[in-house]
Amino acid sequence: MQLLIEQILNGLQLGGTLFLLAAGLTLVFGIMGVINLAHGSLFMIGAYGAAIVAGKTGSWGLGVIAGLAAAALVGVLIELVVIRRLYARDHLYQVLATFGLILFFNGLVAMVVGRAPLLMETPKVLSGFVELLPGIPYPTYRLAVMGVGLAVALGLWFMIARTRVGMLIRAGATHRDMVSALGVDIAKLYTFVFGLGALLAGLAGIVVGPIRSVQVGMGEQVLIMTFVVIVIGGIGSVRGAFVGAMLIGMADTLGRAFLPGLLKMHMSGALADGLAGALSSVLIYIVMALVLVVRPRGLFPVGG
Amino acid sequence: MQRGERISQILVALATIALVALPVVAATFGSTYAVTLATRLLIYGMVAVSLDLIIGYGGLISFGHAAYFGLGGYTVAILAFQLAEGVPIFGYDGTNEALVAWPLAMLVSGLAALVFGALSLRTSGAYFIMITLAFAQMVYYVFVALKYYGGDDGLAMARRNTLGGARIVDPQIFYYICLGLLAAVIFLVGRFTRSRFGMVLTGARMNERRMAALGFSVMRYRLVAFVIAGMIAGLGGALWANLARFVSPDMMAWTKSGEFMVMVILGGLGSLFGPVLGAAAFILVESTLSELTEYWQVLFGPVVVLIALFAPRGLWGWLTVRRRGA
Repeated sequence: MQLLIEQILNGLQLGGTLFLLAAGLTLVFGIMGVINLAHGSLFMIGAYGAAIVAGKTGSWGLGVIAGLAAAALVGVLIELVVIRRLYARDHLYQVLATFGLILFFNGLVAMVVGRAPLLMETPKVLSGFVELLPGIPYPTYRLAVMGVGLAVALGLWFMIARTRVGMLIRAGATHRDMVSALGVDIAKLYTFVFGLGALLAGLAGIVVGPIRSVQVGMGEQVLIMTFVVIVIGGIGSVRGAFVGAMLIGMADTLGRAFLPGLLKMHMSGALADGLAGALSSVLIYIVMALVLVVRPRGLFPVGG
Repeated sequence: MQRGERISQILVALATIALVALPVVAATFGSTYAVTLATRLLIYGMVAVSLDLIIGYGGLISFGHAAYFGLGGYTVAILAFQLAEGVPIFGYDGTNEALVAWPLAMLVSGLAALVFGALSLRTSGAYFIMITLAFAQMVYYVFVALKYYGGDDGLAMARRNTLGGARIVDPQIFYYICLGLLAAVIFLVGRFTRSRFGMVLTGARMNERRMAALGFSVMRYRLVAFVIAGMIAGLGGALWANLARFVSPDMMAWTKSGEFMVMVILGGLGSLFGPVLGAAAFILVESTLSELTEYWQVLFGPVVVLIALFAPRGLWGWLTVRRRGA
């Protein structure tokens, strides 16, 4: 029972992190129609920015600021230089160009920082445990990560549903030409949205830093999981991204934690271990396939 | 257009002569490395041609083609492994015979393509890209988790397959086998794309609704193309396993799928011969840059970006379609 609650919390925490990534990716796709593989690179850049600056200065706060700034800056830069030219192009070229960006950033980070993983410490204030229920201590930091995910979800909802910028974003997604004809600078709006997505990806990278190691290629693993999330949620839907992220976060965490035990009840140890290892790593793809069989455009389909 | 056709005929003739003569020339210079490199080119070219069938002709942007390449390779390596261990697999003994193992590799890849294709083709556009990627990633993780077959470390093959009982260890002989198979693949894919079937596939890329209105079951045509492409990629994987005498999950890593895609676009979408040219250019650029620096990706990445932004017709289009007025 104690383990179950702990794992559910871990699932929520992974879901929160995935949401930070998925929100940006799904916004960029929903509004600009661009598939951005380099989203994972922004995640990596955020993590590296924070890990390096926090390591050098010893201040976690400065690390966070540096990570966010680095991710947002690189995001705006690649929007201006590369992504902007891809809006009207076929998905194929978007995939290809952003694939090239990944190669570039992975190579660049390996060259400048090195291939050895960086360690990032948990901030002191959040390094303890909280007793959520009597007898169940849980790391404060992971709770904080969950809180960040939730806060961003609420903030995004507020921005998109209640503010003028959000109104423009919604309008720009469905009636690009009309919004532009009404005198809104669409190019600036797109840069803003892309920068926002980059910022959120960077934030995800920063909060994951102390939980996993910061290393080259960390972005791609999580990127593909993020794809699964937004495909399940419906590409372009922030609400779908939230539901998808929680679903995948849970499925992945609980599968890894409990499948080996469940299988061992029915078969021999070695076989169960092998099968559980394979099964728990493909569980999220099976979930995705099931969702798509029932709803090919995801749980919250956007547009026609 | 006629001029373009003439040019491509000349190019194909020249390339054929060069490829047939290559091992002989390399032998006079005493270089076996060139033959190995060229064999890689042939195999990558074959996989790129198969990917072009679905991306270029079918308009189906599959980002998981490496999965079928890897499955083909693993089929061959696993059959050899089971033979060496003396352990039957699914009740049958393993084998080291190419005439059995290679068709089986195509079968396994084809079956995987059938299942994944049937699921992915329910969707389109961005969904299709991400789902093919996700399924490939799933296959990748399965093989990472299969510790019995080496997991992350991969699986080595003690020797190359035999072909009809004969050994094909000689690099030149193996090169010509790959060349012959590549020629056969190009011939078949060419016939396929010019047939009624290929016309429906191309028509569905241009206007899916119109083809459906004409009474064609678009999904079925696409699925068949997807399976054929998967089978060819599986054959490519089988050849690759024999060339390297080693398979690992890296064969089906998503970056590999991306690289195949780069080859197709670099060579020219829907151009049949173009992807082989693309594979050649890719291998050339990769080996040159990686000699230059360990961090060759820093240079290669921007090259890929530039190709995507400024060279949509690829090398083949650039060579065969002259600018107006020329």
